[in-house]
Amino acid sequence: MPSRVVVFDYGSGNLSSAQRAMERTGADVTVTSDPHAALEADGLVVPGVGAFSACMSSLRAAGGDRIIGRRVAGGRPVLGICVGMQVLFDRGVERADPRAGDQVTEGCGEWPGTVDRLRAPIVPHMGWNTVRPPADTRLFAGIGPQERFYFVHSYAVREWEFSTHNERIREPGVTWAEHGEPFVAAVENGPLCATQFHPEKSGDAGARLLANWVATL
Amino acid sequence: MSLAVRVIPCLDVDAGRVVKGVNFENLRDAGDPVELAHGYDAAGADELTFLDVTASSGDRETTYDVVRRTADQVFIPLTVGGGVRTADDVDLLLRAGADKVGVNTAAIARPELIEEIAERFGRQVLVLSADVRRVREGDRPTPSGFEVTTHGGRRGTGIDALEWCERAAGLGAGEILLNSMDADGTRAGFDLELIRGARARVDVPLIASGGAGAVEHFVPAVEAGADAVLAATVFHFGEFTVADVKRSLREAGHAVR
Repeated sequence: MPSRVVVFDYGSGNLSSAQRAMERTGADVTVTSDPHAALEADGLVVPGVGAFSACMSSLRAAGGDRIIGRRVAGGRPVLGICVGMQVLFDRGVERADPRAGDQVTEGCGEWPGTVDRLRAPIVPHMGWNTVRPPADTRLFAGIGPQERFYFVHSYAVREWEFSTHNERIREPGVTWAEHGEPFVAAVENGPLCATQFHPEKSGDAGARLLANWVATL
Repeated sequence: MSLAVRVIPCLDVDAGRVVKGVNFENLRDAGDPVELAHGYDAAGADELTFLDVTASSGDRETTYDVVRRTADQVFIPLTVGGGVRTADDVDLLLRAGADKVGVNTAAIARPELIEEIAERFGRQVLVLSADVRRVREGDRPTPSGFEVTTHGGRRGTGIDALEWCERAAGLGAGEILLNSMDADGTRAGFDLELIRGARARVDVPLIASGGAGAVEHFVPAVEAGADAVLAATVFHFGEFTVADVKRSLREAGHAVR
């Protein structure tokens, strides 16, 4: 029986690409805002575009933060994409208006760290870039180092702040990319995975990554 | 490794059909935008742009249908421009499956539109398309010597093109499609002075357009400051391919996918 995947529809952007790209992996895909379906699915995809603050408030309004937390507590896979990855961190810092101060928005807090404006000569970071996955990656299995993924974002996690002194805790696998400076391009942490880039827009490499994720469900 | 220079074929679509001749091998229907999109995806295009030239607003539904069918089958970014006047138009195109939307004349008439779109959907969806020409003798001069035009380059606005790019980026345009109306159709190469001028003024990505006639034309555009290069006719007529352009960029030391 194919894996049942829900693409969580909480009002953030175009979901049809994510749906179609997931369907290509052979998964049985539903786009819905129904919390029960989102909890019950074999895998939950949390997309997201636009501003961190707007995304986070829509996600909360739809109960998405609690759904993500409950799924992860139960070991049930979640995949965040683009701003859907960013909101998994502690906070987002935005400057919508340069005359105003920083606007700090609390995220889901699944991982420590801050989403901040990328320091690069050209922003947004828009286009195809290479990534450096960890040695034990499952998401990037079978994907060569020369393969590229499609990014479009102005903010990123520029420092990975997770640390533990308990050697029994497995450190999350972090994939890095570079645009002006290194930033987190993907995280693999047990049931919780996320990518800053858009696998659903990343051609064959993206299709392979999604298939790798679906294979873990 | 670094961000790859994007090579973007552009298709003019009129009431759901590709206009301007397209001469692609092994194509069942050379007028079908969806099939062409497939072809370019397979040929290594990094992104696709549809320019909707449909005159009648009654045929807009056809455009949405083409966008929908393309996004269902092609898994690279798709930009759709032409006739976008309001944030609601953007909403319809995004819902149909466009990843980015090009805005041109309507933003000149009402620059707040840029802010409205960026605020509602994020700046990453908004491509400001600027049709630029050099100010002609007898016309009102602009500080940079370049002006923004409307009506496919036929009508000058008197607005300085480089100031406009800077203002649009400040208002929330996520990237700028710089289309030289002087170079367009000449096949004599991109307007490098225009690209350099815009690069000095804005820090959002720049797509160079207009004038591509030979493989050798693309490297100078990138070295003048373009992050992406767009062409139509030369690709459609198979004079050279996306892969040829990428090969020449790679040989010049630029990253490509």
